[in-house]
Amino acid sequence: MDKVKVAIIGAGITGASIARVLSKYENLEVHLIDKNPDVGWGVSKANTAIIHGGYDDDPDKYPMRAKLCIRGNRLWHQWVKELEIPHVWNGALIVALKDEDFKELEVLLERGIRNGVPEMRIVDKDELFKLEPGLTREALGALWVPIVGQIGPIPAVIAIVENAVANGVKTHLETEVRGIKVENGEVRGVETNNGFVEADIIINAAGLYADEIARMAGVDYFEIHPRKGEYWIFDEGIPGPKRVLFPTPTPISKGIVVTTEISGHLMIGPNAQDLPPEEKENTATTREGLEEVWKGAKKLWPQLPPRSKVIRTFAGLRPEPTGGDFIIKAEGEVWGFINVAGIRSPGLTSAPAIAYEVAEIIQRDLGIELVEKKKWNPYRREITHFFALSYEKVNELVKRNPAYGKIVCRCNKVSEGDILEAVERMKFIGVKTPSIDSVKFRTKATTGTCQGSFCRPRIIQILAREYGVSPWEVTLKGKGSEIGIGDVKVLVRGE
Amino acid sequence: MYDVVVIGGGPAGMAATIRAKELGLKVLLLDDNDYLGGILLQCIHPGFGIHYFKEELTGPEFAYRLMNKLDGVEVKTSARVLEIINYSDLEKFVVFTSPEGVQKVSTKTIIYTAGARERHAFEIGIVGDRVAGIYTAGEAQTLMDIYGIMPGKEIVIVGSGDVGLIMARRFSLEGAKVKAVIELMPYPGGLARNIMILKDFNIPLYLSHKVVEVRGRGRVEKIKVVKVDENLREISGTEFWIEADTLVISAGLIPNVKLLTEIGVVIDPSTGGPIVNDRLETSVPGIFVAGNALLINDLVDYVAEQGELAAEGAKEFIENGGIPSKRWIRLVKGENIRLLAPHYLSGERDVWIYARVARPMEDVVVEFVEIGKKIKLPVVKPAEMLRIKLRAKEISKAEDKITMKVVKHE
Ligand SMILES: Cc1cc2nc3c(=O)[nH]c(=O)nc-3n(C[C@H](O)[C@H](O)[C@H](O)COP(=O)(O)OP(=O)(O)OC[C@H]3O[C@@H](n4cnc5c(N)ncnc54)[C@H](O)[C@@H]3O)c2cc1C
Repeated sequence: MDKVKVAIIGAGITGASIARVLSKYENLEVHLIDKNPDVGWGVSKANTAIIHGGYDDDPDKYPMRAKLCIRGNRLWHQWVKELEIPHVWNGALIVALKDEDFKELEVLLERGIRNGVPEMRIVDKDELFKLEPGLTREALGALWVPIVGQIGPIPAVIAIVENAVANGVKTHLETEVRGIKVENGEVRGVETNNGFVEADIIINAAGLYADEIARMAGVDYFEIHPRKGEYWIFDEGIPGPKRVLFPTPTPISKGIVVTTEISGHLMIGPNAQDLPPEEKENTATTREGLEEVWKGAKKLWPQLPPRSKVIRTFAGLRPEPTGGDFIIKAEGEVWGFINVAGIRSPGLTSAPAIAYEVAEIIQRDLGIELVEKKKWNPYRREITHFFALSYEKVNELVKRNPAYGKIVCRCNKVSEGDILEAVERMKFIGVKTPSIDSVKFRTKATTGTCQGSFCRPRIIQILAREYGVSPWEVTLKGKGSEIGIGDVKVLVRGE
Repeated sequence: MYDVVVIGGGPAGMAATIRAKELGLKVLLLDDNDYLGGILLQCIHPGFGIHYFKEELTGPEFAYRLMNKLDGVEVKTSARVLEIINYSDLEKFVVFTSPEGVQKVSTKTIIYTAGARERHAFEIGIVGDRVAGIYTAGEAQTLMDIYGIMPGKEIVIVGSGDVGLIMARRFSLEGAKVKAVIELMPYPGGLARNIMILKDFNIPLYLSHKVVEVRGRGRVEKIKVVKVDENLREISGTEFWIEADTLVISAGLIPNVKLLTEIGVVIDPSTGGPIVNDRLETSVPGIFVAGNALLINDLVDYVAEQGELAAEGAKEFIENGGIPSKRWIRLVKGENIRLLAPHYLSGERDVWIYARVARPMEDVVVEFVEIGKKIKLPVVKPAEMLRIKLRAKEISKAEDKITMKVVKHE
């Protein structure tokens, strides 16, 4: 039996999840394509990392979002365990600061009930402060959504891709799709900077660029525009909330969240600023945006630390589609072309559900019967983290490889062994250009109090050695971000 | 059981170790780098050792001299301390990891000399793109002088302290163009001899300016600078961009005290280091601190001196089963003193006082109010640490405190 060739464009949380689900089938040959040097570096890189509760999306206006968010939430409970993805199920509070806010909370509760969200209820002041003692005293009550959680978004993409590759998916990184070949109304494959990839089915999961990819296939009924959100992350040891705290939402956004992210750092953000469609790479932070976030967060969490305790600020871009709902469908006029576009928030939450939806579309709308593999492996083991090990366990590992006893990143206690494992796994999924960010997302090195000023030079040495390149050719985040211009005498020699 | 475990193998730690060995103590020296010397090894410029060795040396030369005196001492490199356990005033444990695995040793005292870290771009409020080409000064120095990597060719430096200025020279000597040094304050932050570097290499210095934004795709492309008023508030309309591929942040150091705060050592917010007595003992008995972990020093000579002092403190501690209780005299900050150490004086011995002023001043008197001691100085600057000896006799004249202040000479 000839295999059906599937090309998934985009190795974000959506594309990765689709690749994992499709890797279950015997009769599919799955290719996962991304222009970046590593997976998860698009929209999936910078977001609030929340596994939402599914009460937020109006099923009349946004049926896809409403349906897939709650389903995604339920699936994540299983996926985080199978794939050993860092996570916490801590619940969320949508806080009312004014009497009018309760009306909105009632609306959310109603909607949640319609969407099938379990366990929600409105709590009064007394219960609220028991759930979250540090909350502003001005809070009047809240909607309590215990099923909300948080995950590491890039660690999740990495875990999913590792599992997909272990199950036979082929990755093509640093491979930019530049055209789609359609013949007689059927897709034939994708043209890339690395040559042609044949495909019977093309799945467009290109995040911010999904409109451009769709246009390459002649589909042009929607546009994606970026909506920027900015964040602050604070040093460890600063007390943050136990739950995810939301203000009562507005029509354009869920509002500025105050949360303790999974590594234990207080994080605030995002705001929402619409950018013109051509600014899809504009992830620069701005003074105005960050100030807005600060003010917004302070309303819920008055005890913000001094500005000197910030360890990082960053911004992400939500891919906002025409119409506002996820666009997930097989396009009638081009057989084999499936759009998975406009995957804005809650896309991270919905991703596993989106993946099953796509598998269904392939069977239902393209009429391809999917045959399950007998030996599909649902499991993936998390990388070793020195900081999570007992001392006995470290000593066991050291016997095998002394590098596990040697700390490279002081702030987060990342060992050289952790980093060597990260490199091994980068190579396993096809990362060709060594970058500090690839190591960072796998190990947490460089994300602590000093932001890498001690460990970056050491990581550069390890990457140069393991990839067989000169140290200055090691990049921060792919080609064009090399950490140096040559050896220290390069300018003096006048080259 | 060790008498002393020294945490940190920079100049403070090596000097402490050498002195402890001379005093007959059983010492273990730990450092998490693969080599001893700390930041000295990346400081290949001269200016080290004028007081301590009476000779001008480079950083590596200074380190080498100390290393040569470590014969017979147990030293472990690539050894990172994970935790200090303060079991009792007389017994502590140090847990560290190295390529040999995790080990736990017991000791009577600890001398903590783990140095400082640098403030980074996010901490000083720089926004924009998170791209390659943004380094702290120390990181750039490590890349160039330990690993032989040239970071970039058109450089903007934030901060006119010594480290920033020395990096301006270092970059210039390697053929890079230093396009500007940007200083927030209305006066330069470095020692006078280092400010000469700007003239030597024709580097523009922008006082009362700050870097607010970096833009670029993969790599830094341009850097936005804005002028500030006397209150350090940005003056709108004064923004301008400098094209450069590298931004070097030299915006000050912060003592590395995390392991100490975990066991409850009390920190002085103005130095960022622990509150100490004149033996450099912290608020946890038997834990001493020296060097940049105590307060940010400008001369390695002072750092080494503090290391020795801490070793002498450890010796006294061990001999007496603790530093004998006494009526400690507090040294307190008065006018134009931003920070000082030590904080408690016994009056039993002469003490070096280290202090920094808050703002520059000419023709001044440094006054120790309660004991009537006055020292005239032509000029004081925040960049130059004041180091003044108080005699035991003088200190013991005070009742319970001595206020240090800097005032205009009348
Ligand atoms: C500020 C913010 C906050 C958010 N908070 C949450 C939250 O808390 N919870 C939640 O559920 N969701 C949240 N989201 C939404 C969530 O992040 C996204 O829905 C999700 O990450 C989208 O993933 P994706 O895989 O569709 O897109 P991406 O991650 O962008 O993946 C698309 C990939 O396609 C690649 N690509 C594009 N064009 C090409 C080409 N021509 N050739 C090859 N490759 C190409 C890109 O490089 C990219 O890697 C948030 C989003 C933002 C921006």
